[in-house]
Amino acid sequence: MSSRERILGRVRRALADVPRDDTPYGEAVARDYLREHGARDTAATVELLAENLTEYRALVHRCAEGELPAVLARLLAERRAATVLVPPGLDETWLARSDVARVADLAGSGAHELDRVDSVVTACAVAVAETGTIVLDGGPDQGRRRITLVPDHHICVVRVPEQVVSSVPQALERLDPLRPSTWISGPSATSDIELDRVEGVHGPRTLEVVLVG
Amino acid sequence: MSGTFVGMPAFPEAAREAVGDRTLRANLRHATHTIRAKRAAAVAEVSDWAQLREAGKRIKDHTLRRLDHYLVQLEEAVTAAGGTVHWAADADEANRIVAALVKETGESDLVKVKSMATQEIGLNEALEAEGIRAYETDLAELIVQLGRDRPSHILVPAIHRNRGEIRDIFAREMSAWGRPAPEGLTDTPAELAEAARLHLREKFLRAKVGISGANFMVAETGTLVVVESEGNGRMCLTLPETLISVVGIEKIVPTWRDLEVFLQTLPRSSTAERMNPYTSTWTGTTDGDGPRTFHLVLLDNGRTDTLADEVGRQALRCIRCSACLNVCPVYERAGGHAYGSVYPGPIGAILSPQLRGTGSEIDASLPYASSLCGACYEVCPVAIDIPEVLVHLRERVVQGGPVTREGNKVVVKPAKGHAAERAAMRAARWAFGRPGALRAGQRLASRTRGLHPRTLPGPGRAWSASRDLPAVPAEPFRDWWQRTNGGTADGTSGEGAAK
Ligand code: SF4
Repeated sequence: MSSRERILGRVRRALADVPRDDTPYGEAVARDYLREHGARDTAATVELLAENLTEYRALVHRCAEGELPAVLARLLAERRAATVLVPPGLDETWLARSDVARVADLAGSGAHELDRVDSVVTACAVAVAETGTIVLDGGPDQGRRRITLVPDHHICVVRVPEQVVSSVPQALERLDPLRPSTWISGPSATSDIELDRVEGVHGPRTLEVVLVG
Repeated sequence: MSGTFVGMPAFPEAAREAVGDRTLRANLRHATHTIRAKRAAAVAEVSDWAQLREAGKRIKDHTLRRLDHYLVQLEEAVTAAGGTVHWAADADEANRIVAALVKETGESDLVKVKSMATQEIGLNEALEAEGIRAYETDLAELIVQLGRDRPSHILVPAIHRNRGEIRDIFAREMSAWGRPAPEGLTDTPAELAEAARLHLREKFLRAKVGISGANFMVAETGTLVVVESEGNGRMCLTLPETLISVVGIEKIVPTWRDLEVFLQTLPRSSTAERMNPYTSTWTGTTDGDGPRTFHLVLLDNGRTDTLADEVGRQALRCIRCSACLNVCPVYERAGGHAYGSVYPGPIGAILSPQLRGTGSEIDASLPYASSLCGACYEVCPVAIDIPEVLVHLRERVVQGGPVTREGNKVVVKPAKGHAAERAAMRAARWAFGRPGALRAGQRLASRTRGLHPRTLPGPGRAWSASRDLPAVPAEPFRDWWQRTNGGTADGTSGEGAAK
C-alpha cells in the first residue's frame, strides 16, 4: 500500500465517529466577522494606510500624479543610488526625471547581480490600510518576487485611492491566488535578540512608499 | 547538533533545572510579559475578535472533518500548478523523501526556513547523516544552530539566550559554517543582526535548494502560505531552483478566502502586530519567477492518530501562534526545553503526547505540566480547549484506554504502578510550590475574559454535532491538589510568591 493510501485510509477510519456532512462549504462556516473595521471615507482610509505604514517604519511620501517623477528622482538622489532596478512593465515616465542608471531585470540575471543594485522601484497590486500592508502579485510593473527582496532599498508606488482597500478580506478578494504574492508590512525586521526590534535582517532595510494621486 | 528531544527527562526534572537557571528565567519573563501585553492590545483593536476566532475554529474543524477530501483536492491543485506531491506516513519516510529529492539535485548544501514540522521529524540530523548540510536562516534558528542548542519557543526560539551569549556564539562559530563574524563584534542587537545578514546572504545567493514548511495550504487552489518577519523565508522560497516544503496534513484550509480569517488572527496572536512584515503565497511554480521545481511533502507522523481522538483532535486546529506559551505561568518558569519536544508550552503539553503516544516518561508527564488556569484557552485564536484535552490525557495516562497508534486501534494500559501519579504529583508540587506564578495566570485569565468569552455562541462548542459533550471535571487542578494533598508546598519555593 502506498503512503498516500495509508494516510487517506487512516484519516477515514479516524473520522468514523463523524457523520458525513455534505453542506456546501459556502454555508458551512458563518462569516459574521466584519468586512472592514470602522467606517471611513476614502481620504481617511488613505490617511490610515499612511499612518500604519509609518508606524511600521516605512518612509511614506505623498504627491500628485505629475509630481511623481520628481519625487522618485529626489528619493534616489537622497539615497545616492548609482543603479536602480526597474521591472519590465514599469511606467517609463516615472523615472523620466532621474539620471540614475537603470538596470532591467532579465530572466537570466542571477541573485548576485541583484545584490549589486542599489535600489528598486515598483508599483503594487493593492495596499491594505488597516494593517499597513502593500501587496505585490508579480504583475509587469512589479516584477519577480526576488527583485524587491535582494536590493537594500525598495520604493513602492501606490495609486490612491484606486489601489487602497481597508482590510485584509477586501485585499484577498482582489488577488488571484494562482499568481505568487508578497505581502509587505514595513521593512524586514527581527525581534529575536532580547525582543529588541532591528530593521532589515534580510530584506530591504529601507522601504519607501509613495502614495500618488 | 542536537535538534531532537529523545531521552529527555520528564517535565518535572527538566523544569526544576530550568528554574534554577537565572538567565533563562529573566529572559523568559521579559519575553512572555512583553509579548503578552502587546498581544492584548493588538487583539483589543479588532472589535470582531470573537467572531474571527469562532470562524477560525469552524474553518479548521470543518476541514478536519473532511480531511481526506481536502487532501485529495490539494494534491490535484498543486499538481495542476506544476508541483509534485509526496506523502509521508512518519518522520523517517519524510526524511527519506527529502534526502532523495536533494540528492537528485546534486547539491550537498541547502537553505532552510524555520519550520516546526521539519524540527519535529529531525530533518537536519537526517540530512546530515546523508552528507547534506541544512543551513537555518531565521536569525533565532541560526543562533540555536550555531550554539548546538535546541529552540525553546515557537516564535522566538532563542529567547533563552541573551545578547552577550549570542555575540560569543557568533564570534566563535560562524567561521566554521561560512563567513566569519566581523572583527570586534559587539553585543548590540543591530550589530548582531548585521553579522547574521552578511553571514547568511552569502548562502542565500548561491543556494540551489530551499526547504520550508507552510503556515497554510489552500485546497481549492493549491496555494501555500508562509508568514514571517525577516525575509529569510522569502529568500529560501524564491532564490533557489528547487523548493521542498514539508507540511503537516492539518495545515489545510479549503479556500483562498479562508485566509482572510487567519491573516488577521495569526499576526495579532503571535507577534502582536497588525500584520507580520512578510507573507508569501505561491501556487506550484511560476515561469521565470521563483523555483523551477516544487515538491510538497505531506506529513502525517501521528496526526491521523490525533485525529482519531474525539477530544484530542482539536489540537490539530493549532496555527502555531505561540500565544498560549506567553500566557502560561508554568511555561514562563520552566522554559521551552522542559517540555522535551519542538512544541513547548500548553500546546506542546497536549500535542506531543498525542503525536508520540504517552508511552515515555516525558510524554506521560506532559499532561500534568499545567495548572489548568485556562489562560491558554482564553488567548487561543482557534479556541482550542487545552485544559479539556489536558484532563482527557491525564485520564488516559492514569486509567489507560483505547487509542489509535499508527492507524491501529490499541488499548493502552494505565501507566505502570503508580508512576503516573508520581509524575503528576511531582509536576503538581512543582507548579503549586509557586503560588505567584499560578496567581499571575489566573489574574490574566480574568482580565482578558471580557475579550474572549469562555462560552462561544452557537453550536460550535462541540467538535462534532453528534458527539456527546465530554464530561470535563469541574474541579480545578488546584482544588484537586488541595483536597488530595493538603496543598503542601515542597519548600523550595519563594521566588514565585515574591512577584
Ligand atoms: S494552541 Fe492556540 S494559542 Fe497555542 S499556539 Fe496553537 S493556535 Fe496558538
